[in-house]
Amino acid sequence: MIRAENIFKSFDDTDVLKGISHTFESGKTNLIIGRSGAGKTVMLKILVGLLKPTSGTIWYDDVNYSELNSKQVRQIRMEVGMLFQGSALFDSLSIEENIRFPLDMFTKKTKKEKLDRVNYCLDRVDLNGVNKKYPSEVSGGMQKRVGIARSIVLGPKYLFCDEPNSGLDPKTSIVIDELIRSITQENNITTVINTHDMNSVMEIGENIALLYQGELVWTGNKDDVLNSDNEILQGFIFASPFLQRLRNAALSKG
Amino acid sequence: MYWKETMRQMNDIGVGSIIIVVLIAVFIGAVTAVQFAYQLQDSFVPAYYIGYIVRDTTIIELAPTITCLVLAGKVGSNIAAEIGGMRQKEHIDAMEIMGVNTAAYLVLPKIIAAVIVIPLLVGIACFVGIMGGYLSSVPTGLITDAEYTRGVRSFFEEYYVFMMFVKAIVFAYILTSVSAYQGYHVKGGSIELGQASTQAVVYSDILILLADYLIAILLTQ
Repeated sequence: MIRAENIFKSFDDTDVLKGISHTFESGKTNLIIGRSGAGKTVMLKILVGLLKPTSGTIWYDDVNYSELNSKQVRQIRMEVGMLFQGSALFDSLSIEENIRFPLDMFTKKTKKEKLDRVNYCLDRVDLNGVNKKYPSEVSGGMQKRVGIARSIVLGPKYLFCDEPNSGLDPKTSIVIDELIRSITQENNITTVINTHDMNSVMEIGENIALLYQGELVWTGNKDDVLNSDNEILQGFIFASPFLQRLRNAALSKG
Repeated sequence: MYWKETMRQMNDIGVGSIIIVVLIAVFIGAVTAVQFAYQLQDSFVPAYYIGYIVRDTTIIELAPTITCLVLAGKVGSNIAAEIGGMRQKEHIDAMEIMGVNTAAYLVLPKIIAAVIVIPLLVGIACFVGIMGGYLSSVPTGLITDAEYTRGVRSFFEEYYVFMMFVKAIVFAYILTSVSAYQGYHVKGGSIELGQASTQAVVYSDILILLADYLIAILLTQ
């Protein structure tokens, strides 16, 4: 579980986050949604520790993450996995070396044990036989899956995904969403996903936080979305006339 | 991992720079010999002084300083672009989140590799520079083989070699750390990356020349 308490963040004179408090639950896919510029990425970076909040506290279970020194932060980060928007795979390393990187850095496993773990993770994301390929030799969707494999290789307790579906077609997006959800549930991970993909919201939104102009304006799950009368939420989720008609049709059928 | 990365950097910086270092050293030695031969003609200074002057200027100044100025351009810009590119593509963030001490992992192997390999390159440049002086002055008839050899062997001070390696180590540290700093703190897009790469070379060159002056003062008192 990760808990954000009264998070404020300002850049120069601009207030980006204005007192966000929310709990991201274990074993659930926690989504941060909102329009571009709402503060999603800043919130995610604060949660993961890449940015410091102007004020407020982040708790990882019972640990006050905001008060840890750099050595303690590095210790906790070994329990953190992150999937970046652009995958952030190291171009000069093969896919196998990319996934093995955290194992090489932080474990004393034998070569065989590392290879077994890499192959398990590749199998888990349904990517067998690409060990020796380089990131530039596989598709964007495959790169995302490699990114997921790398993020789970150390068996993290916390998983962060920054726009996991950006640049992917709808079908591949669903595959990635399902993968993240199943890995989250299998390992009881606290997963936080930053997205503005409506499919993700309606498919894997188990604990959704909607940000609007730096404020938390709505929380709920995917089942609450249809029935909510929050105008900001409805304006965001059902932005196009087509989606509005779909929503009305769904509501009229009960 | 750190050892492997250090070895990779030693290969990139050392092996990857030998050709340019040798080429520059040959011509610097050659030009020095020709220039001094011209300066000394019709003077009372013995001809063998050409070998002596080529040797000492190469050891004390030309080999360490010119080699490191060139390496600041070649290696420094490469380091700034490599680390800056990693920053922009979120590779550094990815490592940070894994718990990697990125400053140590990305910068330290480069500094260690450079501090080991660049003095070796400077040593090679020194030898090749003196040979360049020979090639430009003896076969062309400016002086004889015996005169050049006598000049190279005359008034030799081992302390100058020590100075050369002190300079090489200090310059290696400057060019890698300044370039890594520029790359590590790059913000923005490709224009900023280009600027960081340029600044890495400019600042490294200025600091190398400043350090050259300070070392000259300190070690010759």
